[in-house]
Amino acid sequence: MAQTIQPTETGFRRPTEESSLARFLIIGLTALFLLTFLVLPLVVVFTEALGQGLSAYLAAFADEDAQAAIRLTLLVAAIAVPANLVFGVAAAWAIAKFEFKGKSVLLTLIDLPFSISPVISGLVFVLLFGAEGWLGPFLQAHNIEIIFALPGIVLATIFVTFPFIARELIPLMMEQGTEDEEAALSLGASGWQTFWRITLPNIRWGLLYGVLLCNARAMGEFGAVSVVSGHIRGLTNTMPLHVEILYNEYNLVAAFAVASLLALLALVTLLIKTVLEVRYGDELAASVRRH
Amino acid sequence: MAAQALPTAGLAATRQPRVIPGLGLSLGFTLFYLALVVLIPLAGLFLHAGRLGPSEIWRIATDARVVASLRLSFGTAIGAALFNLVMGTLTAWVLVRYEFPGRRLLDAIVDLPFALPTAVAGIALTSLYAPNGWLGQYLDPLGIKVAYTPLGIVIALVFVGLPFVVRTVQPVLQDLDLEVEEAAATLGATRTQAIVKVVVPSLLPAAVTGMALAFARAVGEYGSVIFIAGNLPYVSEIAPLLIRIQLEEYNYAGATAIAAIMLVISFALLLVINLLQAWSRRRITGG
Repeated sequence: MAQTIQPTETGFRRPTEESSLARFLIIGLTALFLLTFLVLPLVVVFTEALGQGLSAYLAAFADEDAQAAIRLTLLVAAIAVPANLVFGVAAAWAIAKFEFKGKSVLLTLIDLPFSISPVISGLVFVLLFGAEGWLGPFLQAHNIEIIFALPGIVLATIFVTFPFIARELIPLMMEQGTEDEEAALSLGASGWQTFWRITLPNIRWGLLYGVLLCNARAMGEFGAVSVVSGHIRGLTNTMPLHVEILYNEYNLVAAFAVASLLALLALVTLLIKTVLEVRYGDELAASVRRH
Repeated sequence: MAAQALPTAGLAATRQPRVIPGLGLSLGFTLFYLALVVLIPLAGLFLHAGRLGPSEIWRIATDARVVASLRLSFGTAIGAALFNLVMGTLTAWVLVRYEFPGRRLLDAIVDLPFALPTAVAGIALTSLYAPNGWLGQYLDPLGIKVAYTPLGIVIALVFVGLPFVVRTVQPVLQDLDLEVEEAAATLGATRTQAIVKVVVPSLLPAAVTGMALAFARAVGEYGSVIFIAGNLPYVSEIAPLLIRIQLEEYNYAGATAIAAIMLVISFALLLVINLLQAWSRRRITGG
């Protein structure tokens, strides 16, 4: 503020600046808006969770169903994120390093899950694998459970988090071009050697950034998972679904306690994200840098 | 990459071999995975809808409860997106143009809705705006009911959509040349005139793109809305929730038809967003 708010020698503000009163009001209004709409909900989560004291807070995690929900959420993310990671790297490699027809169509298709309601993302798998679905009779005949079981939850999560890593890597690898890889190849490295020793180190921070966002969404996904899960306590309840059940049972302390874990995950995600942007900004894609 | 610059006449006809390997593997896997995870499941939904036939879909689409839910979903999404258009642009302006203590922190917190699970946001907003909540206790005596009304839905959608506008406008504002505003000032424009006639028009394409992204997200939003909405049929029941309810009643036809209608509208929206982004890019590079 100091160097921009200083009046010039003549005592007039620069013509491209607002009066300090206007500036004060605009900053105040925006800060108030962000505090009310973004910060306050976050504060409420922790206040409600700790409202009855620490022992009530911790008791929420002693519950077996809560522990099962945490385990399931970790397991689902541990499958969905690596799956989308491999896809993201492959898609970025193909799209950034080569020219081919239909590239823009492919990019649009990769973005598709972003513009689909989470509930519909879950519904498509029910229509495919559910009892009334295309493959339902076959799955029933062979005793394979997908809907209301782990595979359905994983599939819905993969669908919803599908674009995250690819979207971070594609612009980054396009910016970096192919010169480094061509140099390595001309010096005799094999394709895989080039990938592991040249490309991967080049994109590591962008990759971490994408994994982070993908993981946050995977662990927090609610709508899609709630359609395919069946809400069986201790079996197919993820953390967000467990929050819903506790909340609807008016068990507010426990609901907000489990929610506070998810809020912590969000805060850690934001923290690492900010650190990455500040320290390794020039190694992230331009689209990320300006975030 | 192309080999057209080869001077040797004899070699001109032969194509330069690809240097970078792995196109077949990476593109093959990409297409396989895309088809398996996204395209086939989506096609399945449209096949289901197709089996219903147009008259059945029309009957479901014009059912009073379905119409009310679609109107609510799209209406609240538009309301929230317009609010975010104004407040998101203002937020971007403050974060880019002003230096003040806590600016970095506010900048970081803008991404919170991207990172916070929707269900957590949903229960937090509900307890804030419930009649006995921190904010609700002051709004309730004024006759302003937020929780369990469509206004509550708008609040939740504002939360979810805000970062889209801020993060779309911010880079454009950063690249905006201060010289243009200086020129306006030297030509005699007041600061207000310069902002209204010079700054706002240059930001408009980005702001509208951000608004469209926020709108697209808001239409399908589920987790943050259902807690605060009250979910009263015909009044505060959003379309995604109605899909869920149909599904729980084993009314697959109803769920499929509503989903297909929403998807068609969303895809049309996606097209509009792409056109907007092209417009936005033209304005920046061409200007």
